[in-house]
Amino acid sequence: MVPIEHAVALSAILFAIGAVGALVRRNLIVIFMSIELMLNAANLALVAFSRQWADSAGQVFVVMVTVVAAAEVAVGLGILLALFRNRESLDVEEASLLRW
Amino acid sequence: MTPAFFFYLFGAIAVLGALGMVASVRNVVAGALSLVCCLVALGGVYVLLEAYLVGVLQILVYAGAIVVLFLFVVMLLNLRGGELGPARQPVVRVAAVAVAAALLWRFLALLPGLLGSPKPLPEGFGGYREIGRVLFTDYVLAFEVSSLLLLAAMVGAVVLVKRRID
Repeated sequence: MVPIEHAVALSAILFAIGAVGALVRRNLIVIFMSIELMLNAANLALVAFSRQWADSAGQVFVVMVTVVAAAEVAVGLGILLALFRNRESLDVEEASLLRW
Repeated sequence: MTPAFFFYLFGAIAVLGALGMVASVRNVVAGALSLVCCLVALGGVYVLLEAYLVGVLQILVYAGAIVVLFLFVVMLLNLRGGELGPARQPVVRVAAVAVAAALLWRFLALLPGLLGSPKPLPEGFGGYREIGRVLFTDYVLAFEVSSLLLLAAMVGAVVLVKRRID
């Protein structure tokens, strides 16, 4: 019997690690992977609560989040390739044309 | 060898994999592989939480497709260490870690005693039949919209990556 509260705590820990990665790193690929990690943490929370209340809807949401993550990765990596082609770098500090 | 033991084992692997991904300064490929470790371990956690279909999808779609796409792009760009750029300012790093730690601490402080004992599961919970029944009855509109989203993402990715649009 898996303790549900510990699963939610694991989800929070993974989300915090992903948030730190997205804030601290400057490499665009690592930032993308950190965002994927945060999406996965949200998925884990959904699965844990779905188990807690014996409701399948949470697992359907997980499928939807997976679809959105796949779409996000496809478009994001397209942007990344275009950026690399123009700037020869994946440093997000250099992609600051639209910054105030 | 109880399910709880495996839960803590997979949870520890997932946290270590996540930390390895965030800390992968030298080599992005190593970071992507530690993300694979983390995602496969999360698939194990899903199975232990009796979400069998989601566990299989996690390994097939996340570990199998999404991270492979990442690795494909990393190898296509042929990144070397010098192109990764230096780390951010120490102030920014400390601030980011502090904000995340404060959020985590507040959340974990909320957690004890929040949930009671879990409800008893119906027959076939987490299997493809049950998920498919809910997906194609209650959430069929979301399913259709997600197909449009995937189409739009596919067209968008092709347009973005194409060198010159005629």
